[in-house]
Amino acid sequence: MELEQLEHIATAVRRDIVRMVAAVNSGHPGGSLGCTDFLVGLYFDVMKLKRDENGTVIFDMDGRDEDLFFLSNGHISPVFYSVLARSGYFPIDELATFRKLDSRLQGHPTTAEHLPGIRIASGSLGQGLSVAAGAAYSKKLNGDTNHVYVLMGDGEQQEGQIWEAAQFAPNKKLGNLTAVIDYNLAQIDGKTEYVNDNRDLAAKYKAFGWHVDEMQGNDMADVIRTLKKAQENPDVPTLILMHTEMGFGVDYMVGSYKWHGVAPNAEQLTQALNQLPLSVGYSDY
Amino acid sequence: MKKYEYTEKKDTRSGFGAGMAELGKTHPNVVALTADLAGSLKLDAFIKENPERFVQCGIAEANMIGVSAGLTIGGHIPFATTFANFATGRVYDQIRQSVAYSNKNVKICASHAGVTLGEDGATHQILEDLGMMKMLPNMTVINPCDYNQTKAATLAIADHVGPVYLRFGRPVIPVFTPADQKFEIGKAWTVNEGSDVSIFCTGHLVWEAIKAGEMLAEEGIEADIINIHTIKPLDEEAIIASVKKTGCAVSAEEHMISGGLGDSVAHVLAQHNPAPLEYVGVHDTFGESGTPDQLMQKYGLTADKIVEQVKKVMARK
Repeated sequence: MELEQLEHIATAVRRDIVRMVAAVNSGHPGGSLGCTDFLVGLYFDVMKLKRDENGTVIFDMDGRDEDLFFLSNGHISPVFYSVLARSGYFPIDELATFRKLDSRLQGHPTTAEHLPGIRIASGSLGQGLSVAAGAAYSKKLNGDTNHVYVLMGDGEQQEGQIWEAAQFAPNKKLGNLTAVIDYNLAQIDGKTEYVNDNRDLAAKYKAFGWHVDEMQGNDMADVIRTLKKAQENPDVPTLILMHTEMGFGVDYMVGSYKWHGVAPNAEQLTQALNQLPLSVGYSDY
Repeated sequence: MKKYEYTEKKDTRSGFGAGMAELGKTHPNVVALTADLAGSLKLDAFIKENPERFVQCGIAEANMIGVSAGLTIGGHIPFATTFANFATGRVYDQIRQSVAYSNKNVKICASHAGVTLGEDGATHQILEDLGMMKMLPNMTVINPCDYNQTKAATLAIADHVGPVYLRFGRPVIPVFTPADQKFEIGKAWTVNEGSDVSIFCTGHLVWEAIKAGEMLAEEGIEADIINIHTIKPLDEEAIIASVKKTGCAVSAEEHMISGGLGDSVAHVLAQHNPAPLEYVGVHDTFGESGTPDQLMQKYGLTADKIVEQVKKVMARK
């Protein structure tokens, strides 16, 4: 897909995000906005999705013969839901039910509500890398050459299970696995270096046997280029440190950890929507 | 009327290993995982014949549960194995989110449950696992009683779609269920029929209940002995029907009284057929080091204790 087109979709997704969290006065806009370019680039350009004869995207839980994505830091569900809806997994109108009673769009993603596009529940942090490693192992057993992607937070790297999985994946030669860390240096209680410093994540993953790369997560061209390059390591999993800015696209949110889990009020929402230009294919709800 | 025959002594975990070896031949999607305890879980035969379908995770149980959840995506049936303590308490949140809430077709297979693990002591003797697992929505919980039943249960859970907790032990105990039994998940097995008292038992305590039944018979007390191998879903009909006949019940399990089989039986009786109930199980305490027999004695998990509780409950009728 053309770069300009991807950027238009990213703008539409960012508008979805601020409206979704404002509508219920809860949710996580900061990390969602920071990871928007990555998820749009992944779903609209990099990943091979399963489609029917008309080109419409289809979903089954087994996910054979297609690329797979797992969201480990489940709190950035607004960006995930918006990208899934705009990819065609479910109607865009359904984004209006986010975090409401009887919705398929729970605060944190789950298979329990049978929302197409979701293959695992996430919200309790630190589990996604293990699940993605299992799915990558499953693909190898099936002789399926498609790729598995997982997104984690940088604060999430404080969870011990991450390092169990970090040892496992290179030992099992999971070259079909790409793990991405949203390296925005912030978490709910403040800057990551003050909460519990991750120190040198690149060196740590390298020491465990990963191929390590970096990318500018708010630069669509760099996202596409780096993700495609990561498919070229047949026997070694790839870890990408993705530099992003929390709240990217909304000036009063950029770089502030305070917008990790706070929704904009009506006035702030208008301000955000005025900044984020209307894009091609944007559908009001 | 007796429905059992005592043959040789074998351990339940070897029944699991034999079941896995058979599944290796019949179920190409079954994958065995372990966290550095392949030998203890008797996986040798499975690994020898299916090395590509064995995933050694090392001492990293949380990752093993997550990898198992991931393996189901693509159609595999993962059997994640370790000691019961590390298979449940250590990884409760991983099981809750990635397996039960996500409703993944993962079989968590736990050996060395209860005090009969013996000399290793309380850190390894979990007595709360049935309670934790039965509280999880979507989870099926199975606690078979001997070698043959553990093997049959292992085969049965491979064909059951959904998360399962299968729990077994370490000691060598008599084999008394038929080798060709049909294992029906959620369907209790009546070991002995009687009309004076119902004994609802599970796991290693089924053999103790059988011995208790023989002791009681000598005194003219006929016990209805029912093996509840499936803790969840519970065979409520079997429990109600038995207590309607006998008017009182004893539960027997190698587990904490709170949260175990006895709790489930009490719930059924309170709702459907109030009747006196006495428990055989562990009372709000951790275990300790000792031989399995010494520990069974000390914590009152014996035929003698069942007899004592039967007399107590019959006096309350």
